[in-house]
Amino acid sequence: MQNSASAAIVTADGQPLKVSLARALRRQRMFALALVAPLFIFVAISFIIPIADMLFRSVENGIVEEILPQTVKALESWDETSGELPDEAVFAAMVADLKVARKERTNTKVGQRLNYERSGMSSLFRGAGRKAGRIKEAPYKEQLIKSDKDWGKIVTWQVIKQFSPNLTPGYYLASVDAMQTPEGEIRFEDSEKAIHTKLFIRTMIMSVVITLMTLLLGFPIAYLIATQPAKIGNLLIILVLLPFWTSLLVRTTSWIALLQQQGVINDILVFIGIISDDGRLTMIHNATGSVIAMTHILLPFMVLPLYSVMKTVPPTYMRAATSLGAHPWPAFWKVYFPNTVPGIGAGAILVFILAIGYYITPELVGGTSGTFISNRIAFHIQNSLNWGLAAALGAVLLVIVLVFYLLYDKIVGIDNMKLG
Amino acid sequence: MAALPPYASTPERIWYYAFRIICAAVFFFLIFPLMVIVPLSFNAVPFFTFTTEMLAFDPAGYSTKWYLDFFTNLNWQGAVWNSFVIAFFATILSASLGTLAALGLSRPSMPYRTLIMSILISPMIVPLIISAAGMYFFYSRVGLQGTHLGVILAHAALGTPFVVITVTATLVGFDNNLIRAANSLGASPTRTFFKVIVPLITPGVISGALFAFITSFDEVVVVLFVGSFEQRTIPWQMFSGIREQISPTILAVATLLTLVSMLMLFALELLRRRTERLRGIKNT
Amino acid sequence: MKSFKSALIAAAVASVAAGAVTSAQADTELVVVSWGGAYSASQQGAYHDPYMAANSGVTIVNDDSSNAAVAKLRAMNEAGNVTWDLVDVVAADAIRLCDEGLAEIIDHDKVLAPAPDGTPASEDFGDLIVSECFIPQIVYSTTFGYRTDMVSSTPTSVCDVFDLAKFPGKRALEKNPINNMEWALLCDGVAPDQVYEVLGTPAGVEKALAKLGTIKDNVVWWTKGAQTPQLLADGEVVMGSTYNGRLFSVIEEEKQPIAMLWDWQVFDLDGWIVPTGTKNKAAVMEYLRFATDTQRLADQAKFISYGPARKSSAPLVGKHATLGIDMAPHMPTDPANSKTTLLYNYEFWADNRDDIDERFQSWLLQ
Repeated sequence: MQNSASAAIVTADGQPLKVSLARALRRQRMFALALVAPLFIFVAISFIIPIADMLFRSVENGIVEEILPQTVKALESWDETSGELPDEAVFAAMVADLKVARKERTNTKVGQRLNYERSGMSSLFRGAGRKAGRIKEAPYKEQLIKSDKDWGKIVTWQVIKQFSPNLTPGYYLASVDAMQTPEGEIRFEDSEKAIHTKLFIRTMIMSVVITLMTLLLGFPIAYLIATQPAKIGNLLIILVLLPFWTSLLVRTTSWIALLQQQGVINDILVFIGIISDDGRLTMIHNATGSVIAMTHILLPFMVLPLYSVMKTVPPTYMRAATSLGAHPWPAFWKVYFPNTVPGIGAGAILVFILAIGYYITPELVGGTSGTFISNRIAFHIQNSLNWGLAAALGAVLLVIVLVFYLLYDKIVGIDNMKLG
Repeated sequence: MAALPPYASTPERIWYYAFRIICAAVFFFLIFPLMVIVPLSFNAVPFFTFTTEMLAFDPAGYSTKWYLDFFTNLNWQGAVWNSFVIAFFATILSASLGTLAALGLSRPSMPYRTLIMSILISPMIVPLIISAAGMYFFYSRVGLQGTHLGVILAHAALGTPFVVITVTATLVGFDNNLIRAANSLGASPTRTFFKVIVPLITPGVISGALFAFITSFDEVVVVLFVGSFEQRTIPWQMFSGIREQISPTILAVATLLTLVSMLMLFALELLRRRTERLRGIKNT
Repeated sequence: MKSFKSALIAAAVASVAAGAVTSAQADTELVVVSWGGAYSASQQGAYHDPYMAANSGVTIVNDDSSNAAVAKLRAMNEAGNVTWDLVDVVAADAIRLCDEGLAEIIDHDKVLAPAPDGTPASEDFGDLIVSECFIPQIVYSTTFGYRTDMVSSTPTSVCDVFDLAKFPGKRALEKNPINNMEWALLCDGVAPDQVYEVLGTPAGVEKALAKLGTIKDNVVWWTKGAQTPQLLADGEVVMGSTYNGRLFSVIEEEKQPIAMLWDWQVFDLDGWIVPTGTKNKAAVMEYLRFATDTQRLADQAKFISYGPARKSSAPLVGKHATLGIDMAPHMPTDPANSKTTLLYNYEFWADNRDDIDERFQSWLLQ
């Protein structure tokens, strides 16, 4: 509104207009920020910091130095590649640390931590807490090895030294089925022990399958709804929204009732004689169950963006193409379909992002072949208590999702996200 | 794809009907699972399947005992209470904070809009298992794990993106001249807010609040981790019920929840129509 | 609208406050965490109800969270806000909780009552005290049940589980290496006393998995003890492993055509731990003295078919509270049932669980 000449104009209170305007703008900016601030602070505290804390846990490793401070210090001068055991001073430090740890009941804790890296550390440290108490004087090395021959193995000390630092890449390596040798090399597990990469790949493949299924089923009905008169269209969209609004657990429960061996679908198939009573199909507690139930659950997330794009494609395009002599199918494929690509992109990425992090449905209907990486994360949180590994797996999953989220933002723009 | 023109050729006719049948099948796939649990929840025997008595419409095959169990069992009653209390407070929190933020975000003077928007929306994007893990670890550190407050805060965080999005949407295309007009006509900012902005955003706030409510009400992953037995909600109880011992009480609960979601949908549809009327948009 | 809202808030606040007041009025409220279902009911009948009847100032509140107890206790401990007073866990979890410093160390002879003949508690429980934090309650076993109407001959050995020719059909096994690996090795010709030595080597793990591989396509993997009885009752599997008490109730209470196969049952223990940092330590110890005495442990067997952990309780085991049948022959510890048994190897699994589990889960995915 103002051109450069207006800089000289002065407002009623004697301020140059430019300054006054800048001040007003700044005030408005501050006001807008002040409105956003409460939510921003709330989301930061209740959500962002917890995620950051999780990322911190995935590299945090203070426990070894905290519980075995003298040993960690003494091990600094030991060359772990020398092929020789550490010297007497290290053993003396270990015995001293163990005596303190026994009193504070922390020897078993450090044993648990190191057992993630090497099996047997748990019982070694549990036993050592008791046995170290009996070692009163030198030679510590000889007596400690006598109490448990594992103390005489170089690899025991290598593991302790390797996991002495306060930060460790160990959990991330484990999350891609790799480990670091004492020599510092990174070695991948044999493929038969490699569980996490296998699960990540399976999670991706199943999410792609589910995305394609929702596209296959969602495209025709989105097209139908978009091309119907408003009254019928609104009615049909409600049929899509109803499952969308129904509890996830309700829908999962229904699929259990439908798909199980003594379930509705098997009963119907047996009744009309397609299969025999002994030949009931196994459609649940496997990958099939996960795919079917999740396709149903995620279908509305495909239909809604497709529909909103299709609604904007003028029906005249198709009419024009056919009237110019194109057959309906090429007309659809060459004229209509390209216009729906943004909707397909938006729906596909949305469904994929949602599918890849699913936990509840695979947990209940996935059996062994239909579980996702999320189920392994939950297992490490609740059962194995390897929280560091759970955090690392979660971080890897988060990165994958964020990549697709950025893609979504590029294609659709988060500002344009619409609901129901 | 409107009506079939009278001059359509035979293949076109076949395709026209085939397409309709395909669509009907997909709609059937969407709706049938929700409907099938209704009769199953009146099963007289403790299985998830139709008995011969049920198929013969023999009254002896039907029973309301699973509903009775739901309404008398203390575990379920506690779950219902927790679900409503948690969802209620979480909604209040996310609706009020979310509306304020949306007002700020919609102002033309808002700096760093995209960045801030993506951070505020992130709870909706991050997979629930990761949110749950992060909250579990962090809330454990600060003593919120296993408390009602912890679950409420967690659910409020998950619900705010919906409020921000719906309220922002009602303000899209908002003509700022309206505010200028009000101001220049001598209305105080407060008066402008209540007389111009509030009526406009109310439907957005309500539908955002409904989203936030249903998010909390249906949410199970976060409550499984951040909550404990004391904070068990209806989905919590259903989840452990399905894993432990399958009883048709779960189907009875599922039927009731489907009813609730129908009511929600109905309320939202009414709101949508009201907004369209208010903003003068014609049904196209 | 406005007044309606504020009324709602007021009501909510008032009822929360009311809850706080009632809990404050009782002298002591003990939160006891257990497994829920029939097991919690047996504890209610044998321990909680009699104790509350005798001590009017104490209210016992049940929390069915034992399956998540280890993770939840760790979280509570990090937060410094332990809200549980007593937790029922399996022995392996007790050892882990003790290792992590999450459970109190118990002086068994000081806290627990001696046997009626004066034998100190530590002797009465004997080597079932597998951790200094653990107070054993029951001995249970993981063993097999089979459908009597779906087999052509009676299975007598655990190796019949691996015999698809003689016993075709699906089997239910736990989705967990523990027990399955031991049975596989036993049936692959490994001598019982060498099972863990073999399993401790990578080749031994592969050997066990190879044996399990022979039936892998016919296995339904379970994660919760209630699943096998359900699968058996539905006829979805011919045989399956689960806890003996679950099988007892499906056989004797629900009268299903199922029978027990006790061969190489694996004994395990279940019992109490006191969480570090409980606010009612004195009251809990008092309750424990009552709930783990000779008579009370014997009483629990009236409700569920698990063996009492005290030697002195065994002769007192009587009849089932509602079925009226003699419970002794249904105990896993009964001589007729325990000709061949394994005892859960706590030390071995504490060391190797994570490693073997990873291999096992990865094998399942193949």
